[in-house]
Amino acid sequence: MAVPQAGKLGHPLMNLVRFKGLPILKQLHLEERLLRTSSDNWCIINDGTNQPTIVMGVSGKPAELLEIESVLCDQIPVIRRFTGGGTVLVDPGTVFVSFICNKDTVPGLQPYPRPIMSWSGQLYNKVFQGIGDFNLRENDYVFGNRKFGGNAQSITKTRWIHHTSFLWDYEVKTMAYLKLPARAPEYRLARSHLEFICRMKDYMPRSTFIDKTEEAIDTHFSLRSRESEDIETLPNIQFSPSTRPLTKRELEAAALASPSEGAFSHSSSL
Amino acid sequence: MALRTWASSTANAFRISHASKSHPFPAFCLSRCFSTVLDGLKYASSHEWVKHEGAVATIGITDHAQDHLGEVVFVELPEAGGSISQGGSFGAVESVKATSDVNSPISGEIVEVNTKLTESPGLINSKPYEDGWMIKVKPSNTSELEAMMGPKEYTKFCEEEDASH
Repeated sequence: MAVPQAGKLGHPLMNLVRFKGLPILKQLHLEERLLRTSSDNWCIINDGTNQPTIVMGVSGKPAELLEIESVLCDQIPVIRRFTGGGTVLVDPGTVFVSFICNKDTVPGLQPYPRPIMSWSGQLYNKVFQGIGDFNLRENDYVFGNRKFGGNAQSITKTRWIHHTSFLWDYEVKTMAYLKLPARAPEYRLARSHLEFICRMKDYMPRSTFIDKTEEAIDTHFSLRSRESEDIETLPNIQFSPSTRPLTKRELEAAALASPSEGAFSHSSSL
Repeated sequence: MALRTWASSTANAFRISHASKSHPFPAFCLSRCFSTVLDGLKYASSHEWVKHEGAVATIGITDHAQDHLGEVVFVELPEAGGSISQGGSFGAVESVKATSDVNSPISGEIVEVNTKLTESPGLINSKPYEDGWMIKVKPSNTSELEAMMGPKEYTKFCEEEDASH
């Protein structure tokens, strides 16, 4: 049976699925599958992922972005995702919100990176109204000049995804796995990770953020809550995700090939 | 007004230039933003261009597309020797924080891939119709080329698309 594409007052239908502690690899595989094989609009909210994981963008190079020796020693999983953008370290303190839409879903929105980013900023403006000097700065969500939300997108011929990892909380020691990226927004001004980011928990309770986000989404769309099991019953179209974990061998090879990881190459040969 | 704030570019105008090897189009800047559309090429509604010369068709993305995408930082291309179908994705470009599929307007066999784009993805921005080409294809169905838009039709298509958003 075809699912109607419009609900209340002609607002486009948005299927909302909530998870808690879903592994980030499973979340990304699900998102990629919905982007490529579904013709419906989806919003995925994952309240924390189950373990600390490093997630690089599609063109991420481990030797440039990660302290590989520490990552390998502490056995932190590393994933390369299907969307663009930078590297994040996610864990149970991260809240994920993803929008997967047909290109004509939002009236007047051109399916290009900057318009989609701007649209998302306006949506979250409703969530953070009057809180902490919220802004969309370059491509990050910030309070003042401190980043708390990182964005990435993938755009196909007929659909797009815009997904965000929100730093509700994080552990200081895990930030040490990430190098200072060569490509960074101008407003970062060469600040270290800890000087650049901030915790959402200092501004808003976690459940309030999720509730207000759903309210904001409800002003744009006709929200229809779906159970996670519903996604399992979607037509099983043959699909191979491009998001994948990097192997230990790949990380070791990246470290050996990198001049800056020279200390590691010596220790690995012992 | 809210819709206008979502538009990625300000007033856009289009200029049709004649493609030539030595002087593809004048390198001057006006106060309005011009997207160039070259004469002699064919265009797809998904903003790819095709240049058909003999048995080979060269494919890239248009000046309009690169302008809307922003600075290209990474290009994903297929291997030569594979085949593509009309409308299918053959690769992707990364710009801003997004990967965007690039779709082939025609079916055929990929005979060459622009390996310069690995080290210099910005060629897609600076020279979308010349050094920024992406793949060369031996077309399997020339009627697909004939059905594509010419420069004037594509110019009108882009103006209408931008005006409706």
